[in-house]
Amino acid sequence: MPNWLPHLAPHLAIAPILLPLLAGALMIPLDDQRARLRAGLGLLSALGLVAIAATLVAQAGGAGAAPVFVYRLGNWPALFGIVLVVDRLAALLLLLTALLGLAALVFSLVRWQRMGAHFHALFQFQLMGLNGAFLTGDLFNLFVFFEVLLAASYGLALHGSGVARVKAGLHYIAINLAASLLFLIGVSMIYGVAGTLNMADLAARIPTLPAADRPLLEAGAAILGMAFLAKAAMWPLGFWLTPAYAAASPPAAAIFSMMSKVGFYAVLRLSLLLFGPMAGDSAGFGNTWLFIGGLATLGFGAVSVLATQDLARLAGASVLISSGTLLAAAGAGQAAVTAGALYYLASSALAIGAFFLLVELLERGRELGADVLAVTLEAFGDGPDEDEEETEVGIGIPATMAVLGACFLCCALLLAGLPPLSGFIAKFAMLDGILNPAGLGRGGAGAAGGAAVTPAGWALLAALVLSGLATVLAMTRAGIRSLWAEAGRGTPRVGVVEIAPVLLLLGLCLGMTAAAGPVLRYMQDTATALYQPQPYVRAVTGARP
Amino acid sequence: MELILALAIGILGGSGVWLLMRPRTFQLIIGLSLLSYAVNLFIFSMGRFPVGAPPVLEPGTAGDPAHYADPLPQSLVLTAIVIGFATTALFLVVMLAARGLTGGDHVDGRRRG
Repeated sequence: MPNWLPHLAPHLAIAPILLPLLAGALMIPLDDQRARLRAGLGLLSALGLVAIAATLVAQAGGAGAAPVFVYRLGNWPALFGIVLVVDRLAALLLLLTALLGLAALVFSLVRWQRMGAHFHALFQFQLMGLNGAFLTGDLFNLFVFFEVLLAASYGLALHGSGVARVKAGLHYIAINLAASLLFLIGVSMIYGVAGTLNMADLAARIPTLPAADRPLLEAGAAILGMAFLAKAAMWPLGFWLTPAYAAASPPAAAIFSMMSKVGFYAVLRLSLLLFGPMAGDSAGFGNTWLFIGGLATLGFGAVSVLATQDLARLAGASVLISSGTLLAAAGAGQAAVTAGALYYLASSALAIGAFFLLVELLERGRELGADVLAVTLEAFGDGPDEDEEETEVGIGIPATMAVLGACFLCCALLLAGLPPLSGFIAKFAMLDGILNPAGLGRGGAGAAGGAAVTPAGWALLAALVLSGLATVLAMTRAGIRSLWAEAGRGTPRVGVVEIAPVLLLLGLCLGMTAAAGPVLRYMQDTATALYQPQPYVRAVTGARP
Repeated sequence: MELILALAIGILGGSGVWLLMRPRTFQLIIGLSLLSYAVNLFIFSMGRFPVGAPPVLEPGTAGDPAHYADPLPQSLVLTAIVIGFATTALFLVVMLAARGLTGGDHVDGRRRG
């Protein structure tokens, strides 16, 4: 080991922000003649991020004495300076972002990077914003990193231009600018009441607040929550998501599937830190709304999945379902359900990312409006001549279609939560948390000592199962239409570099299935730590140079 | 002082929200700008109003917090102004692109009805 490496190790926490920032900044002056260098730089940065995030996960997940690592920028004592905090949750989300980023970047190398200017730089800034939002320990820097990732996402959403993208992008930007203003109002109200913006310090101060200030604080938190929930696309704040994500270029959409998780991350982190069990009178604030909103989002997502005809919009609607599931599970307020939800987060983020990429491969080479035509044909019972297809019996399925079909099947299983893949394990873990609040194997709903399942628990259970059913129906229909039923369509030309990221993401889901034990244990530790934030608060407030 | 500021924030915010609901992109961007002014004033007001008090300690004095303005909201406002300015400029570019592509300034790209 080189002797400078140990000196660098404590600075690993800031590397996920610095690396993409430097890479992105270096790319801006490179012109199109150096496109190869630009792409290589981006790839290097993405690979580096995966390595850094994996190291951080290994550090945070270890059974060491300090699972919360605090990095003080400028070496000020924590409450005066700005801190970055790496705990299990942050490390997990960093790793997911890095993996999705790598896959989307590799996918873009073949075609999409050439569709517009500065794709690679914007992509790096997007990664930087995402990483910063997961790492930061105070509310205002959360705002700053939100703006960084949003500014980059505006560029990425419009990447490739075209009327559909610009129209959807206009709405997307307007909504997010308005949400950012709500964010600022919420942050400043909280500062006005509590006198601090450090999340850990807030958690320590909230229990001691006088009762007269509490409504103002809760109003501030609710306004702040609106901003996050608009990003997490909770119904009715999520209507912008499907058109914007469906219109965005596929690599951008794949990384956007992580962006809606940032909203969920902020809600989960802040609601459990500020209004967790130790918050005194404010404990559990907003959980009911989160739960109801999550269920409504789930319902809306299920309906839009069923209603949609277009594959890209189907992927967008699956983001809604995923967000709804996560929000409702977080609103249930049980560590076991949250652990399942975190597993679901990882599984669904990877699966939706893969699906966005896969959709582009499937849609390739089919004419515009084919979907509408197919529906019309279906409705009027006037399909294409069936006789011609009989001559094709006996012809082998082209290998490309076989691979695409297998990937589609995996995506469908993962999104619907059917066995044997990780989507099923995720839903199983959540349902188990609802039915056995005491924990697996420690007394079921009927056993002595086991708490009864609440009506809210049953509602969540029903919503989870029904949304799975809706996804199965929609995915089956979409699969039949795009893989089997289209007479006369050519096999799409797919390069190995393009299918590899899809296979990587799906392979990761398979890995999560095979290693479900260790992964779930990590998630359970994460959820337990979130529900007992005292070590987090102590680590941050006690950090001294 | 409080009343004047509250009225200013209210009027700016109210007009901003109204303009935000209008169908033209020009009205939209003016609405967002007015709203961001309202929000900036609001952040500023969260630091209370010590009139004539500097936000920076004088050299050589320990400093009684009662004699100084809270510097944090002021720095927050600065950051918010910079970020708001940048995003507004970016939004303007997107609007120009939309104007060029759709040939109208309706937020949905076409005139209804």
